[in-house]
Amino acid sequence: MRAKRASKIVATVLLLLILLVLVCLLELSWASRSLTVREVIDVLLGHGTWANNLIVKANATRIAIGFFVGAGLAIAGGVMQAMFRNPMASPYILGLSSGASLGAAIGILFTIPFIPTIIAMPFLAFVFCFATMFLVYSLARTGGVTHTETLLLTGIAISAMMSALVSFLTFISGDKLEGIVFWTMGSLSNVSWEDIMFVAPAIVVGSMAMMMFAKELNAMMIGDAHAMDLGVDVSRVRLILLLASSLVTAAAVSFVGVIGFVGLIIPHIFRIILGPDNRTLLPVSALGGAVFLIGCDYLAHTVASGYGVLPIGVLTALVGAPYFIYLLKRRKSEIGWS
Amino acid sequence: MTYDVHDLRFRYREKPVLEGLDFEVHSGEILGILGPNGCGKTTLLKHLNRNLVPGGGCVLLDGSDLLRMKKRDIAKKVAAVPQGNEIKFAFTVRDIVAMGRMPFQKELAGSSTQDEGIIDTALMRTGLQDFGGRYINEMSGGERQRVIIARALAQTPKILLMDEPTLHLDISTQFETLDLIYRLSQEDGLTVILVSHDLPMVVRYCDRIMLIHDHKILCCGTPEETLTPENMRLVFGVDAELGTDSKTGRRTVFLHGAAGQ
Repeated sequence: MRAKRASKIVATVLLLLILLVLVCLLELSWASRSLTVREVIDVLLGHGTWANNLIVKANATRIAIGFFVGAGLAIAGGVMQAMFRNPMASPYILGLSSGASLGAAIGILFTIPFIPTIIAMPFLAFVFCFATMFLVYSLARTGGVTHTETLLLTGIAISAMMSALVSFLTFISGDKLEGIVFWTMGSLSNVSWEDIMFVAPAIVVGSMAMMMFAKELNAMMIGDAHAMDLGVDVSRVRLILLLASSLVTAAAVSFVGVIGFVGLIIPHIFRIILGPDNRTLLPVSALGGAVFLIGCDYLAHTVASGYGVLPIGVLTALVGAPYFIYLLKRRKSEIGWS
Repeated sequence: MTYDVHDLRFRYREKPVLEGLDFEVHSGEILGILGPNGCGKTTLLKHLNRNLVPGGGCVLLDGSDLLRMKKRDIAKKVAAVPQGNEIKFAFTVRDIVAMGRMPFQKELAGSSTQDEGIIDTALMRTGLQDFGGRYINEMSGGERQRVIIARALAQTPKILLMDEPTLHLDISTQFETLDLIYRLSQEDGLTVILVSHDLPMVVRYCDRIMLIHDHKILCCGTPEETLTPENMRLVFGVDAELGTDSKTGRRTVFLHGAAGQ
């Protein structure tokens, strides 16, 4: 039984690593006249042509940001589902993404004193994302306790309000409309290495913090009372997890915009395949999220190249949803969630 | 002695739930805390492993104040089987029982060989040795209850707290559960504190009874001392008397009906 589970984990990780190499090579090869995999490998081995070197270097930033954003969103989503024992919990339900969108829209439309224009949009997206979490959490807290249902409903309400404000700003935005609309659909392009130097540490630190508490999170999935009986300081762990998942989400969306579905379905997919133990689920989901996002970005560049690069949010939902539905229908028993 | 409780007070949203409780728990006994719904008995139980922090007074465990102990260290001595054990996730039985070792493990560490041995023993003693690979969310309420008890045993506790252990169980499963608890207390000297409103069941297994009435302790002692017809009329509103089961020779409660005036 345990040997079977261990081999399943090893097989899944191996498959994901192979896929990761594959999607990375594909992503690196993209150009208006795409390189062959052979040419990409030549560049990586240090004897590519001058032009090919440039192409690979330009594509490498998208791999880097895609890796961190995909991994971070998947871990944050997995943690939220487990923490709230709710299959629908994700950064979206809690209003974090709408909050970030509002921040980005304000950054695009207005010039804010003391904030350089160049970083206004990601900075405000980050701040609004975090602030939304505090708003939702403090509104949902009654008499010193926070009930999951209240928290999720508060999140939905705040999310609706933020989205309405984004719609309003979009409506009055005039010639800046395109910027807002594209931000809310996500894109890995236009991210520089300097941006990544800010995003990556935040995501790594937040993800490590969440994985540190994987065992406590397992106990909390059985029930808060059970976790307390096992010596877990539930309110402290929950606050740390909430902060860490918000940090990761805020960092992830700040430069690339809203990318739907990764945080929701990637953890579900691996929970169906590997079971609910967060000690394996969280790292494997991170790897899976990274592969998924980089793969989707490659498709976004190639699938309708006549129209240019598609927003990545379109691809994540179009690719992710059917596979997720297939998994839901195929499983014989309620593995992962009943 | 295990617990020494002094003037324990607790309020929930300004409403008094516990109004100055004083009692002791003896090592190795089965203590039944009885009272009608809403009398504060579950709240009391939650104070015994600091799942709730008292509004006043103190709870001493082997002489040390629970408030000064780490939650983890409390969990090394006190295990609990809480009410309601619906689990939505497909953890295996063994996964759940293994969680009982958490208080003893370093952060991030998995189960050691010693832990695995303790987990095996806990599964065996609850008759779950062949169920290790079963998924908890596909089990019946009674089976889940046994898994949670096995998890509690994996904590190798000195004290076991149980909240309504027979609620929602088939009658035969109720007996099986309490027989198991009784055996554990006999074999290991485990101190058991259980909260219930199931008079006949509790009387059959408990050494001592504490009656809670109006958020205070009405009395505490042997069933004969505490479960007088007057007390049962006052606390539960029933016409009942303590008696002996003619077949087993064990104590039972005859419930004649609601208390008429």
